[in-house]
Amino acid sequence: MSTVTDIPSAPVSEEALNAALASGQRPPRPSAASVCLTFGWRGMLKIKHVPEQLIDVTLTPVLFLVMFTYLFGGAVAGSTDDYLQFLLPGMLVQSVLFTAVYSGVTLNTDMTKGVVDRFRSLPVWRPAPLVGAVLGDAVRYGLAATVVVVLGLILGFEAKGGVVGVVAGVLLVVAFAFALSWVFTTVGLVLRSPSAVMNSGFMALFPLIFLSNIFVDPSTLPSVLETVVGVNPVSHLVTAVRGVMAGAASAGDIGLVLAEAVALTAVFAPVTARLYGAKG
Amino acid sequence: MEPAIETTGLVKSFGDARAVDGVDLQVARGSVYGVLGPNGAGKTTTIRMLATLLRPDGGSARVLGYDVVTEADAVRERISLTGQLASVDEELTGHENLVLLARLLGYKGKRAGGRAEELLTAFGLTEAAGRLVKHYSGGMRRRLDIAASIVVTPELMFLDEPTTGLDPRSRNQVWDIVRALVAQGTTVLLCTQYLDEADQLADRIAVIDHGRVIAEGTPGQLKASVGQNTLHVRLVEPGHRAEARRLLARGLDAPVQLEGDPAALSVSVADAERAAEALAELGREGVPVAGFSLGQPSLDEVFLALTGHAPTEEEIAA
Repeated sequence: MSTVTDIPSAPVSEEALNAALASGQRPPRPSAASVCLTFGWRGMLKIKHVPEQLIDVTLTPVLFLVMFTYLFGGAVAGSTDDYLQFLLPGMLVQSVLFTAVYSGVTLNTDMTKGVVDRFRSLPVWRPAPLVGAVLGDAVRYGLAATVVVVLGLILGFEAKGGVVGVVAGVLLVVAFAFALSWVFTTVGLVLRSPSAVMNSGFMALFPLIFLSNIFVDPSTLPSVLETVVGVNPVSHLVTAVRGVMAGAASAGDIGLVLAEAVALTAVFAPVTARLYGAKG
Repeated sequence: MEPAIETTGLVKSFGDARAVDGVDLQVARGSVYGVLGPNGAGKTTTIRMLATLLRPDGGSARVLGYDVVTEADAVRERISLTGQLASVDEELTGHENLVLLARLLGYKGKRAGGRAEELLTAFGLTEAAGRLVKHYSGGMRRRLDIAASIVVTPELMFLDEPTTGLDPRSRNQVWDIVRALVAQGTTVLLCTQYLDEADQLADRIAVIDHGRVIAEGTPGQLKASVGQNTLHVRLVEPGHRAEARRLLARGLDAPVQLEGDPAALSVSVADAERAAEALAELGREGVPVAGFSLGQPSLDEVFLALTGHAPTEEEIAA
């Protein structure tokens, strides 16, 4: 990385400056969609400059998948291979949902920077910086999902739903994570530091992840716990993803997940936008 | 034509503290208007309300004829903001920062890149274009910041302490840029803690303290109101200070301030000849002088003269 901080500053050229000022006519206002995509591009650029930030997105799923399959597979399902068939869709969900916490962390970090003032003083659709950032995060989700799916296939996961089933499963998870990231952006604007956002995000996710049907068949649980697992939206998501990846999805399961995603977005996207607009 | 900025009784509170407490401003189009005051006086809060980033709690503000609350979008289409914290993305390169803004403002495809390059050239940043902004020096960062503010030439530009922390050379560059902007017809609202900066650039100045405008006028009027110049005297013997104070006060007919240095005093003087006489008087009365200077009043002195108190610690720290 370059450590040079000062190039002997080239003088400002008065002629070039006047020319630049004279040619700065305002172009027609860009559409909301194009502005969101531009903010998404900003997210991509940040990944390009600091690719290390993807390490936990890519490595953590690998660790979890390998560890759970081979450590608990025999005990839980009799054989590691059988357990992988059960576990993989749930691992996909877990990996992507954990990644959603970063939406809140990134936004929290961003808010401390002067550039946010500039964005907020631009004549663009107000929530665009948020929508763009969350769209950019969807790239992370896609990456985490791909890692899990590819590794699962290598380890012996049989996708009975074929390519269509796998892709549909990934899309379902990404859609849900997109909705969930609005919850974390809200948290990101309420809490003071990025580490507080990270900690509270993971604290909230852990019970949702473990008290779901990701790791075990809920019918083996005590009835109270089984009820809890049954109402957990993460369980609904896992059930739907298992369904589509096995080529046996019920429209009801998928519909429920999409309805929950829409509900999360409908509540938390406006809250985030409101908090963002009121910051200052 | 309506003024560029017109505020009436503008108020903003944070908790119990009234950061801005009834500010009235009138800024003519095509001028540079200086807002002068110590840290915490309410300058930044005022700018943030005018730039539609903060909602006023009371009063009203119109920018270029549009209300900052009800017509915020129309205001945003005509202004640009260079904040106190550099308003650029440190984790992107200089080139990427400008392309980002060009696209957000409606430049499409290659035209965004072309506009970015044109600005980088104009601001002497071509060599640094591909480098991350966090590796820029303060002066380069500030130039990029201003370049980002004129991707589309604004009708009104807010500059919040544009030269704080810059070396003299970078500061002069920023001043040249501001002059070029104004020559092209942009109105500039300049917040600063430095009287000489306001003096160099501003057509009119408002002095703000505790969220209120305590004086307003041209730089000349303002300086006249505190005495044209300040005479600083340093004595050989600190023990002579009381005597020197008496002599200077009598000779110049003005209150004499004791400085932190136990051998130093200062006094406002309206005319340089009387200062010379007063100095000679010190010599005749047997009060040896180690050194003296006659200079423009500092912001501290403007404050002292206008408010009767020096900027308090609280104001400096806030």
